Amino acid sequence: MINDLIYMNGYGLYVWSAFSFTLISFTSLFVIVKIQYTKERNKFVAKFGLLNSERAAFAKTQSINKEILSNTSNI
Amino acid sequence: MFKYFEPNKIFLVTSKAPKYVLFLFIVIFSIGLAEALILSPEDYKQSHSVRIMYVHVPAAWISLGTFSAITLLSLVGYIFKIRNFFLISKSLAPSGLVFNIIALVTGAIWGKPTWGTWWAWDARITSMLILALFYIMYLVAWRIFENKDKAFKVTTIITIFGIINVPIIKYSVDWWNTLHQPASISMLSESSIHVSMMTPLLIMTAAFALFSLLIFLMKYNTELIKIKNKGLDRL
Repeated sequence: MINDLIYMNGYGLYVWSAFSFTLISFTSLFVIVKIQYTKERNKFVAKFGLLNSERAAFAKTQSINKEILSNTSNI
Repeated sequence: MFKYFEPNKIFLVTSKAPKYVLFLFIVIFSIGLAEALILSPEDYKQSHSVRIMYVHVPAAWISLGTFSAITLLSLVGYIFKIRNFFLISKSLAPSGLVFNIIALVTGAIWGKPTWGTWWAWDARITSMLILALFYIMYLVAWRIFENKDKAFKVTTIITIFGIINVPIIKYSVDWWNTLHQPASISMLSESSIHVSMMTPLLIMTAAFALFSLLIFLMKYNTELIKIKNKGLDRL
């Protein structure tokens, strides 16, 4: 059963290569986009921390800012 | 109507949605893999190599659909001056390109046991390669042009030229003699593909669409945060 699944009548190499390539592409894209997201969010949090109290209070009135700051573990 | 497309309102949803989409994708993709690799039957002619179809075809469909959506959004965005549509288009492009590459590579892998060659300058394959080039041009244009208005204009022009290629890809198998077989699935007539193969194909298509949505949401959130970062610099 396992051998059949791996060998697939001699087509296993092609089938598994195609599925592996797809999985690797998915994982790479996900990781790259996730890194970009985390980098930008951290940059935002750091910049927010550097604002003085008056500016921070003003920036906080914008709903997106509140969302970004509250979403510390987005996926 | 367009007020519903304001980033403030959209971000409320897009910032929370990815984790649910990721969960749904993992579930559906796992079912799809089991169906595609184990449960679905082998083809009487192509044997097990037909299983490559379950990644090749959905990837090609999503890639074509994504480019069409990018074009539509860019055009509407350009005509009605809705900048958020450009942001959405820009966020859709990376997954579209990756699906295009998956379609090309898995097609080449499928071509070897079926046609005896990895690559042929056949109309369908060549037009898919051209689509990949349009995706690359589109993404490069966003990097090159610092001036946003210029970037909107150039990317819209690229999508207009690129969309001409989409019906060519679709009908290339009917218009020319190609190595590809004619379409087995049609919206207007009965499909020639058996339900035992159609089921995994549709499940994998749903999984790929969810992955595309996931990447779009993450990319879109990143773009919005980039804008907010620039906004904080101006404070």
